[in-house]
Amino acid sequence: MNLTFNLLVAVCLAYVAFLFVMAFAGERQAARGGGLLRGPGIYTLSLSIYCTAWTFYGAVGYAARSGLEFMTIYLGPTLVFVGWWWVLRKLVRIGRAERITSIADILSSRYGKSNLLAVIVTILAVIGTTPYISLQLQSVTLSFGVFATSGDAAGQTSLAFWVATGLAVFTILFGTRNLDANERHDGIVTAIAVESIVKLVALLSVGIFVVWGLNDGLSGAAATIAASPLADWTATPGRWAGLIFVSAAAIICLPRMFQVLVVENTDERHLATASWAFPLYLLAMCLFVVPIAATGLARMPAGANPDLYVLTLPLAEGRDGLAMLAFLGGFSSATSMVIVASVALATMLSNHIVMPLWLAWQGQGRASISGDVRRVVLGARRASILVVLAMGYAYYAVSGGTSALAAIGLISFVGMAQVLPALMFGLFWTGATRIGAASGIVTGFAIWAWTMLLPVLMGPGWLPEGPFGIGALRPEAMFGLGGDPFLTSLLLSIGLNVLVFCAVSLLTEPTQMERLQAPRFVQVFDRAARPRGHRSGSAGAEELLVMAQRILGAAEAQALFGAAARGEGRIGEMPHVTPALLETLERRLSGSVGAATAHAMVTGITGDSIVSVEDLLAVADETAQIMEYSAMLQSQSDELTHTAEQLREANAKLTALGRQKDAFLSQVSHELRTPMTSIRAFSEILRMDGLEEEERARYAGIIQDESQRLTRLLDDLLDLSVLESGQGTLNRTRASLADILDRAVTASGQTGLDVIRNPDQEDVEVETDTDRLAQVFINLITNAAKYCEAAAPSLRIRVGLQGESVMIDFIDNGAGIAPRDRGLIFEKFARLSDQASAGSAGLGLAICREVMMRLDGTIDYLPGQGGAAFRVRLPRPVDAARAAE
Amino acid sequence: MTADQSAPQTSPGRVLLIEDEPNIATAIAFILQRDGWRVSTHSDGTTALEAVDRHAPDVVVLDVMLPGKSGFDILGAIRDGERSALPVLMLTAKGQTKDRERAEALGVSRFMTKPFSNRDLLDAVRELAGAPDGTG
Repeated sequence: MNLTFNLLVAVCLAYVAFLFVMAFAGERQAARGGGLLRGPGIYTLSLSIYCTAWTFYGAVGYAARSGLEFMTIYLGPTLVFVGWWWVLRKLVRIGRAERITSIADILSSRYGKSNLLAVIVTILAVIGTTPYISLQLQSVTLSFGVFATSGDAAGQTSLAFWVATGLAVFTILFGTRNLDANERHDGIVTAIAVESIVKLVALLSVGIFVVWGLNDGLSGAAATIAASPLADWTATPGRWAGLIFVSAAAIICLPRMFQVLVVENTDERHLATASWAFPLYLLAMCLFVVPIAATGLARMPAGANPDLYVLTLPLAEGRDGLAMLAFLGGFSSATSMVIVASVALATMLSNHIVMPLWLAWQGQGRASISGDVRRVVLGARRASILVVLAMGYAYYAVSGGTSALAAIGLISFVGMAQVLPALMFGLFWTGATRIGAASGIVTGFAIWAWTMLLPVLMGPGWLPEGPFGIGALRPEAMFGLGGDPFLTSLLLSIGLNVLVFCAVSLLTEPTQMERLQAPRFVQVFDRAARPRGHRSGSAGAEELLVMAQRILGAAEAQALFGAAARGEGRIGEMPHVTPALLETLERRLSGSVGAATAHAMVTGITGDSIVSVEDLLAVADETAQIMEYSAMLQSQSDELTHTAEQLREANAKLTALGRQKDAFLSQVSHELRTPMTSIRAFSEILRMDGLEEEERARYAGIIQDESQRLTRLLDDLLDLSVLESGQGTLNRTRASLADILDRAVTASGQTGLDVIRNPDQEDVEVETDTDRLAQVFINLITNAAKYCEAAAPSLRIRVGLQGESVMIDFIDNGAGIAPRDRGLIFEKFARLSDQASAGSAGLGLAICREVMMRLDGTIDYLPGQGGAAFRVRLPRPVDAARAAE
Repeated sequence: MTADQSAPQTSPGRVLLIEDEPNIATAIAFILQRDGWRVSTHSDGTTALEAVDRHAPDVVVLDVMLPGKSGFDILGAIRDGERSALPVLMLTAKGQTKDRERAEALGVSRFMTKPFSNRDLLDAVRELAGAPDGTG
């Protein structure tokens, strides 16, 4: 044997170093934007971690023991990928939309974010996977043992320890380098893709060597197979169906498979490629299993372990190089499984057990969570990886690695298959509840542990009479069901799991949170109307920038993207669409449009998530709020406009009033100064010498007249002021209109005006302030006397009734008032252009108007009467008006 | 409406008085005539310019508030017309500074506010006519 143990170790180390390089390269390339490494090829190859050491070594052993039954382990996944790829697509879609991190997370998320369910699944996964990890360690040490001449049990155990340690280092290094929201591990995926190629090449090489090197081609191999016990094997349909079901469940439910299938998926479309490429890979993997097994059985000594034929056949033939390749294939199978499984388990452990505990402890210890939670999560993740590998190693060390590889693999498969009902019903049945899922899983898990796991752990013949002598609970034959223990256990655990799950789900009501979550899973495709797909690199970034510019403004958006690009060392280019960038962008946008809208906008562009009903409702809420706010602003704005309008009007009124006041003062000044000018001038004149007595008398008369005019003006001003301010009381009495007119005519004095009256008309009762009404009449009569320029001036007073009003018209026989002046006559100091010298202060009609307003009547100029005509209108007393009718 | 009133003394010149208040016109005419001025009075704004042309006065005493046409209009028309250098003494009863400013802008020769002292009026008219002070 030329291969020394040391050489083997050296080759292993070199291979691991190569994997490190590949992993680093994978991460670097992913950071730069993916490319080939994140294509469907890598995705398909990474799925091949399904083929662990169990399939690499164990399939041959399985075939040697049980014939073609090993095929079921490949048929299950093939059926799923070919026939059920739409289920996988739904899983992947949900995984991306809901940012699922593990199989425990998806169940927890589906059932109302129940952490209890996550804890149950995590525990189940750890218990189910730990023997499987130890199985991989065992296979590596076993394969080492094949080469190592001086291998003893203790040496093998220490070897397993170092392998476990090495894997822990690798996993921690590439599994917890960063804490992406999407839990993707580009380095690891790259490494396991490389390993999957090594596996395939190694197994095919050994197969080709066996068929063409040892059996002289296909016909020779066929002859060998025909001569071997494999030819005598007959299928047992029940067991086949069970095995196919279990392996089909495993491809979905195993934590590591869920990790690569859903969590590590970068593009839903990769699944389409994998749906045919992965079954092809599996076909290639099992192509030479039967020839190798048959040849091994024929050529190797009777006691040789059939699980190691892949190694021992080339070694026995002196093909060291081929043996080394086969060893590396097995090594690859084992390590890739352990790495991904420990990453998946560590994610579940840290997310669902360690972190909740830590947060609870923090909550008790301190008022608030301080420090870098991210560091704590990474620490928890690393510790979890160490714990998982330590448990795998411990299991190996304790169990001593005696069980057949395939048995452990199957047990693990059935264990994880217990989450299948909850998962599948969760995807298609909104009525499934959290309690139902937990009950079903716990039931199936308990039966599985009792009937499959514990018997293996305890060794054969455990509790032959059942616990406490209860035969019905005997692990090997629960409820007296004999026959194939595997099939019994599978049917019992899955059957009762589904039964309990459905029954409890029907009996319990989903919580509010579950009601919200269920449609996100069950109707995941309905909600995604727009074409979806991953847009990596700068294309998505450009769209994001366009959107950001619309909302944040060009400068701010460009600064944000520029800073992100600088952070990546890509100055002047578009940044990668990293979760960090999206998060920053979303936060910045939410400042402008609200969190839900920002999220919907960003995810709408990246296609990384689905805009859910909740999101839309939240958007609608925000929109409603904004609309309400906008309506409020609008009404405020209207109010302001209205107020401004009022203010403008008031201001205009004030300005007009101010102007009126100025004009009024100016007019008052003029009206006062005019008589004072005469008074002063004539006073000075009267003091002169040499004035005739007649002159003196005349000038003194002028002074007297002007003094009276001054007094009259002041009286009028005061009167008007009282009227306008509404001061002064009205003394309303009942009186005959004729009496008031008599008083007015008498008071007007002898003016030379011929007043024509009609006593019949004047027999009207009025209820008013008779003094004020008389004042109006006097004003009108004296005006007529003053201004009527007719040769024989006369004034006709006409009284009429109209409805509930009395109308008193004053019509003189003069020229009347020019139409252009008619609007002015009631204004204060209105001095008509052609009657300036009549000596009026111009307040009379203004006072009349004020008086009539206070008496609830009117005074108007009445056109078309020949001379100047004014109509005074007064309300009649109600009873008088009625009596008249 | 315009009346020549013969002066009792030797006439230092002609004054055209444009004033619509009859009592004030009487007073001013009396004062000026006693000082020897030949005074023509006119009470209507619209025809005042024609009176200026007809009487060819040495000084115009002009009221602001006139029916038909304001004193400002008449002053402006005089300043724009053939006799633009005619001395104009403006009298106003309004007494507002903006009226004074407006009159000065139009080129008024003298601006007085009613009521005035007879002495000041006489002095102003004499000064405007360029006549020596205190004649008679």
